Amino acid sequence: MSPHPGRPGPRVALDLAGLPFGQGAHLLVQRALAGLEPGQELAVTGRDPELFVHLSAWCRGHGHRVRPGEDPDGTAPADAPGGPPRGPVRAVIGRGPGGPDRWAGAARAGGAAPDGIVARPDAGWGLAARGALVEDGAPAPSFDLAERDLVWAEVAPRLYAHAASAQWDPATAVPWDAPVDLPPAVEAAVVQVMTYLVENEQAALVVPARLLTRIHPHFREVVQLLAVQAADEARHVEVFTRRALLRDATMGTSSAGGRASLAGLLTEPDFALASFLLSVLGEGSFLNLLSFLDRHAPDPVTRAVVRLAHQDEARHVAFGVAHLEHRASVEPALRGRLRGAVERRHDMLRDTAGLNQDVMDALVVLAAGGWEPAAIGRGHHQVQGLLAAMDQGRQRRLVRLGFPADEAADLSALHTRNFM
Amino acid sequence: MTLLTGAVAYDPKVVAVWTGFRTWLTERGLPFDFLLYSHYERQVEDLAAGRIHAAWLSPLAWIRCRRLAAARGARPRPLVMRDTDRGLRSVIAVRADAPYANVHDLKGRTVAVGAVDSPQATLIPLSLLRAEGLKPGEDVRVRRHDVGVGLHGDHVGGEREAARALLSGEADAACLLDASHLLFGQEGTLPPGSTRLLTSTAAYDHCVLAVSDAVPAAAADRLRDLLLGMDPADAEVRRLFDLEGLNAWLPGRDEGFTALATAVDETGFYDAAGRVTAEDYRP
Repeated sequence: MSPHPGRPGPRVALDLAGLPFGQGAHLLVQRALAGLEPGQELAVTGRDPELFVHLSAWCRGHGHRVRPGEDPDGTAPADAPGGPPRGPVRAVIGRGPGGPDRWAGAARAGGAAPDGIVARPDAGWGLAARGALVEDGAPAPSFDLAERDLVWAEVAPRLYAHAASAQWDPATAVPWDAPVDLPPAVEAAVVQVMTYLVENEQAALVVPARLLTRIHPHFREVVQLLAVQAADEARHVEVFTRRALLRDATMGTSSAGGRASLAGLLTEPDFALASFLLSVLGEGSFLNLLSFLDRHAPDPVTRAVVRLAHQDEARHVAFGVAHLEHRASVEPALRGRLRGAVERRHDMLRDTAGLNQDVMDALVVLAAGGWEPAAIGRGHHQVQGLLAAMDQGRQRRLVRLGFPADEAADLSALHTRNFM
Repeated sequence: MTLLTGAVAYDPKVVAVWTGFRTWLTERGLPFDFLLYSHYERQVEDLAAGRIHAAWLSPLAWIRCRRLAAARGARPRPLVMRDTDRGLRSVIAVRADAPYANVHDLKGRTVAVGAVDSPQATLIPLSLLRAEGLKPGEDVRVRRHDVGVGLHGDHVGGEREAARALLSGEADAACLLDASHLLFGQEGTLPPGSTRLLTSTAAYDHCVLAVSDAVPAAAADRLRDLLLGMDPADAEVRRLFDLEGLNAWLPGRDEGFTALATAVDETGFYDAAGRVTAEDYRP
């Protein structure tokens, strides 16, 4: 409070030295004004010749009152004998009423750490950082996945940290210069499998990329995790393509049935169902496929690319399963909806061929390792083993989500023959 | 009655501003609508002719509004103004290494100004030179930058061109609004330390919301009171204030236009009856 009620309060001094007003001095003025008591004024000294003109323009724009000091033009010599030590006062400022009002209706957007996440973040928080003090009044972006239970899993922050630390560089993580000199038929089988993997990874890139744009940024760890997941798939697409073209510039075939199966993944709008179809069933099956290819890879480049992709896919599956476990705990009807999604996709794909026959044949050739009838027989047997392992893996994950064993077996059998 | 207010569309944001004010005012029971003009002259003529009730006016338009009204015996009033429209100054800047110590040293030199109808970057600073004994066009060459003619200098493009002309050496001095000189320094149009100020004018006022005296006093007062009561604690009000560039509405006042009125008379921009008499002015 002013010591003289009704009269101007004491002045607080601010010396800007030689700092021109247009080069950041407004920060010092702003800081000094924020510290003024009611009734106090700010007496500004400084050597910038344009100080008073610029300070006046700035104060006008910000709603502060300003009047000339003893020497607004700064023509008096600074530190004159007997004068004030900082030179003459150039301007005197009284703080305007603006400023604090701007934050009158502001609210914290939850807490910054994961334990500060709220169940239903305000749509108006929009892109603000979680935990930020959010001024009200901006238009609300439309993030329709805006409830904690719709997207969250407790493991998301840990999985994101792991994902960020486990990024690998396609240029250096794969021994591209290793000798690769395969019989033409085996090389063709590798090219066909890589062509198939690229197609599937492109679907696995698009699905999380579409979903993450719909998630309220308040659930940033989930957005981050899906962003890395999409980036993972981008690298998979790169290394599989590069391996396919290592010896010959021609890719393999893409079947209509395979692409029809993947198209069904792209059109699923429900976050839980999309996660279920892509991550739990599709990428879960791919874990078995990539392990199979690692075991039967005919060259070190093929082995490296499928092994690296396997690391990433395991993380994608882990988030999908964890999210659906969380979701099932709060939504008892979830399992019925998951079942319906598998059945619907099965019905849609009933009249399509499923897996590209060229891919199936290529897997047999890779597992056979030769063209003798006995080798081909062994290869066929290995692929049958792969299909069984995929089925068991799916059943195991379905049981983990709470499906009874017999229902899990039925549902796993309905999964697309295209694997993804 | 619906209070019909004119505004000049000098920028696309004008639509957002007046749509916002229209909504805000009608929600509070004041029937209000707006009409957009492409330049100030037609708007002022329509206000004088009673085709609109009120108008957001540049200071130059306010001068003409007063003269047109006076010729008909009417007395429009400046209802409200932005706090940011009080106490503006124009400056005359030169390059930092120029040998000029005061405005008299500009004799025989070239001075860059804004558009022909810019109060802040042309009319008022050239009037200052005149007061100092330098006749524009005779004692100093004037290099005009006619961007947005008819917008009365609301378009900052002319001033920016003037600043560039100073920097490039095409001109020896440039006339600018104080805030524009600060802005051009901050945004890099004028690199730090490249210019200095030779002089600045006395403070003057800028835009006003003018209302015709044909409008019933109760309606005008209601508009004034609603505007003066706008509280920036309200997010919508804050959005409108940010767009329109004010911190608070203040009552309108008529005393800050003397320098401009003098400049208008010196140049014969308008005559005493408010007719446009500037020869090379084509909005």
